Amino acid sequence: MRFLYFFVRRFLHSIFVLLGLSVVIYVISRIVPGDPARMAVGYQAPQWVVNNMREYMHLNDTIPVQFFYWLRSALSGDLGISLLTRRPVIDDIRQVFPATLELALYAGLIMAIGGIMLGTLSAHHKDKWVDNVVRVFAYMGIVTPAFVFGIVFTLVFGFWLNWLPTIGRISPDLTSPPVVTGLMTVDSLLAGKPLIFIDAVKHLLMPSIALAMAGLSQGARITRATMSDNLGKDYIAAERALGIPERQVLWKFLLKPSLIPTVSILGLDIAAAIGNAFLLELIFSWPGVSRYGVRAMLAKDLNAISAVVLILGLAFVVVNICVDLVVGILDPRIRLSAQRNE
Amino acid sequence: MSGHPLLEIKDLYVQFNVYGGALKVLDGVNIEVHPGEKVGLVGETGAGKTTTMKAVLHVLPEPAAQITGGEILFDGQDILKMVPSQLKQIRGKGIAMIFQDPTLALNPVFTVGEQMSAVVQYSMEAGRNLTKREVRERSITTLKEVSLADPERLLGNYPIQLSGGMRQRICIAMALAARPKLLIADEPGTSLDVTIQDQVLRLLDELVEKRNTAIILITHSLGVVRERTDRVYVMYAGNIVENAPTTQLYSRSFHPYTQGLMAAVPKLTGGGVSDGIPGRMPAYLNPPQGCRFSPRCPRVMEICRGEKPMLREASPGHQVACFLYPRGNELEINTKWNVSSGG
Ligand SMILES: Nc1ncnc2c1ncn2[C@@H]1O[C@H](COP(=O)(O)OP(=O)(O)OP(=O)(O)O)[C@@H](O)[C@H]1O
Ligand SMILES: [Mg+2]
Repeated sequence: MRFLYFFVRRFLHSIFVLLGLSVVIYVISRIVPGDPARMAVGYQAPQWVVNNMREYMHLNDTIPVQFFYWLRSALSGDLGISLLTRRPVIDDIRQVFPATLELALYAGLIMAIGGIMLGTLSAHHKDKWVDNVVRVFAYMGIVTPAFVFGIVFTLVFGFWLNWLPTIGRISPDLTSPPVVTGLMTVDSLLAGKPLIFIDAVKHLLMPSIALAMAGLSQGARITRATMSDNLGKDYIAAERALGIPERQVLWKFLLKPSLIPTVSILGLDIAAAIGNAFLLELIFSWPGVSRYGVRAMLAKDLNAISAVVLILGLAFVVVNICVDLVVGILDPRIRLSAQRNE
Repeated sequence: MSGHPLLEIKDLYVQFNVYGGALKVLDGVNIEVHPGEKVGLVGETGAGKTTTMKAVLHVLPEPAAQITGGEILFDGQDILKMVPSQLKQIRGKGIAMIFQDPTLALNPVFTVGEQMSAVVQYSMEAGRNLTKREVRERSITTLKEVSLADPERLLGNYPIQLSGGMRQRICIAMALAARPKLLIADEPGTSLDVTIQDQVLRLLDELVEKRNTAIILITHSLGVVRERTDRVYVMYAGNIVENAPTTQLYSRSFHPYTQGLMAAVPKLTGGGVSDGIPGRMPAYLNPPQGCRFSPRCPRVMEICRGEKPMLREASPGHQVACFLYPRGNELEINTKWNVSSGG
């Protein structure tokens, strides 16, 4: 009950964050030079068309009023027309966002599982060779940019070994399953097509691992540090001393308190991955939102740029809510102090 | 004491490998506990009391902590050489420990019930698995034994929702759940206020008395051990400097450090024993050559700075590690302590 309250409060917070973000986006899109009405109708259109367009776009009103109109249509899903594709921006986003979301979800999964496993392994074998190998690996994972991994993977597993496909979300000879969620792996299963699922996973493997490397390494380091710290805590000594088997001490009583900082860090890494995906989307010809955003920027397509920033901001906020939720579940101290402050 | 000892710590050496080198904390510790015996372990803060007892349960934080020598025999078997399956038979059922600070000894992210049930489950005789219901019932009974009200509700609580006294009782309950033959109580109640500390100690007395459990009671306070132990070990900087039957130690102590502790007792207005004796315990990174007490000792001799005194019998059943008492030559030496009450 109380936890629900904590969660709702957190959610309301996020709405203000998004509102702030949209103000920033709006202001930026309005202070850049150039008349949006002129851009919308094109350079050949006569002046009266532009004037009508100004009226239609509420550009003759004051900025706060304009913002209100903009927000109202944004909330109803109308983010304007893209200059580049000449389609409603929201339709473009609907098409490209799931690709990035799927990439980021798998990357997040790999980060979390890989990071926690490696970190745990490292902590259990502290200062032995396993630990040293993991630590060197983690350093490399942090200092190497994701696109380098992307290129290396493409060369090694794509061209030399020819194990994995290097382009797109699905092989060209397969037809995409009907769009339900937009996530290829989910839609293929919903459509009952396991072969497409396997194909989609193969396509996801390289870009998502490349995208996950930095977060995975960060997660491994944090998990190792927290866990070896907690290993020296009295409650672990007490649990061992009372005869609780070692496996249960390590995988239950040590793991849970040690995951809390890792989850917070991974949350940031996952949110960042959504924005950082663009170079990988270019390398792997991934039809995602980052690639769309880069093209919009090059074409000064303001509506599309605003929409991309907004959707990335939204993703960031959602990830953070999820992180708070998971941390709240893991750590009763946070949950209970949230109650007490009310 | 007759019969063979329940626990025998022989010449135990422990060091902590830290960034700047090795902290040579335990420097040949010898302690013996017989079945049902009540033993006190007294020493100022940092003397190595907790370290000794963690070594006994083989729960020192590795790899930082390293046992560099000695044996710990429980029922004649060396704990330090045991494989995990043998350790499992000893921990909880053979020896249980109440850790020094109940706030640190309870896992902050698990409920009391989750922690109790793990303990209760493995406290059982080998070969029988308890059902969820049985575990719960046993947990509740165990909590009732330490006079905790409303144990059903407590099981669902997290440690931060409880008072210090409740946490202390829960730690006691968990340690006693498996009915150990030897209970190690590390400064029980020290973190609590005096009246609650008193209640906790009395509760402990009662439980231990009822089951004839052997106990090692660790404390700073000579008053606490005087009332409830058969034998007292005095520890200084990783050495046992003196041990004797309690009454004998109080009527006549030999080691200058023990004498200093005794002199400090009546003048203490609370606080640690170190208040009374001038100087501080040496650093473990570079401990003094010879007797570790020599830099503080008012009766220090030439030999004390070069050679380490061994524990030897000064009178029957009364051992002391001090060159003032050569073997077989019992002298009556009373150190003149000019004790300030400190602070
Ligand atoms: N994990 C550790 N790493 C490094 N040094 C340690 C560690 N644990 C204990 N020590 C050191 O060992 C020495 C003895 O500590 P110990 O906790 O055994 O003392 P104690 O007699 O129990 O003191 P107190 O009465 O304060 O509990 C101290 O100097 C302490 O700093
Ligand atoms: Mg201690």
